[in-house]
Amino acid sequence: MIGVGKIKQYSNVLDKPLSKGKQEVSLSAFAFLFSELVQYNQTQVDNIAELERRLEDAGYAVGARVLELLCHRDKGNRRETRLLGILSFVHSTVWKVLFGKVADSLEKGTEHEDEYMISEKELLVNRFISIPKDMGTFNCGAFVAGIVRGVLDGAGFPAVVTAHFVPVEGQQRPRTTILIKFAEEVLRREARLG
Amino acid sequence: MAAIYSLYIINKSGGLIFYKDYGSSGRMDTNDSLRVASLWHSMHAISQQLSPISGCFGIELLQADTFDLHCFQSLTGTKFFVVCEPGTQHMEGLLKHIYELYTDYVLKNPFYEMEMPIRCELFDINLTQAIQKDRVALLAR
Repeated sequence: MIGVGKIKQYSNVLDKPLSKGKQEVSLSAFAFLFSELVQYNQTQVDNIAELERRLEDAGYAVGARVLELLCHRDKGNRRETRLLGILSFVHSTVWKVLFGKVADSLEKGTEHEDEYMISEKELLVNRFISIPKDMGTFNCGAFVAGIVRGVLDGAGFPAVVTAHFVPVEGQQRPRTTILIKFAEEVLRREARLG
Repeated sequence: MAAIYSLYIINKSGGLIFYKDYGSSGRMDTNDSLRVASLWHSMHAISQQLSPISGCFGIELLQADTFDLHCFQSLTGTKFFVVCEPGTQHMEGLLKHIYELYTDYVLKNPFYEMEMPIRCELFDINLTQAIQKDRVALLAR
């Protein structure tokens, strides 16, 4: 028989090793799928805030799953419990798995203690998307913001996450900043842990 | 010296969905450009029927005294054509590149409605770059 002996048959699904997950996905295929996702959600809403919320919810489901998978695959079933730990986990590990690169920068907000920003010169989901003038500050990065919120929420760091365009001097295109505002309890816990 | 006079993109029913002119010569107002687009669409269709060769895809190059017109038709019937100085080379490559930009920055944009005029910032930016690069390459030759 063809294929016998080539692939080891596992009778129990739990005995199977977890796949490496390094396979690349076609950017075009993703771009078309994402475009359809946005178009579909557009037909379901009547204002932009609602559209942003729906995209964020779609991302949240991805984030929750990504956290589960990466903790199991890369961290030996452990997860980060400290604020800076989880932020750098999002900034490097999660970003690398989802977008193939580490995020451009991770900064602490200057005005508020509870705010952190992940900035990206060109967010992968926005690569082919031009926002029409009449949609104002709408950003499809809301999907990525949802992913970040999903990861943080799953790890026990509830936060409000939003995506914004930030103009860069000397650049034609603005960059996208993912703004993370942690819930009060997270900061209190963090202070207690020292 | 501007080698390319203007660029047109027309949808499969002959409507002009993108027009841009470069340099002062051959500039047209909106009505004229719409007229040229639909005229070219019909001429292209007629040429397909009239061609003595079966399986002809229509006119690819029209040469006149004062300009050359290079046309590229995609499989879905969208036509891209440039009007340029007589004897300008490598226009097929440029048209294919513009088609590539169209598939990337127009068709993958969720806010673009099919067959409607193209208003995508990223398409404009990348198109300008492509044309500029083409000009630089032309000057270098």
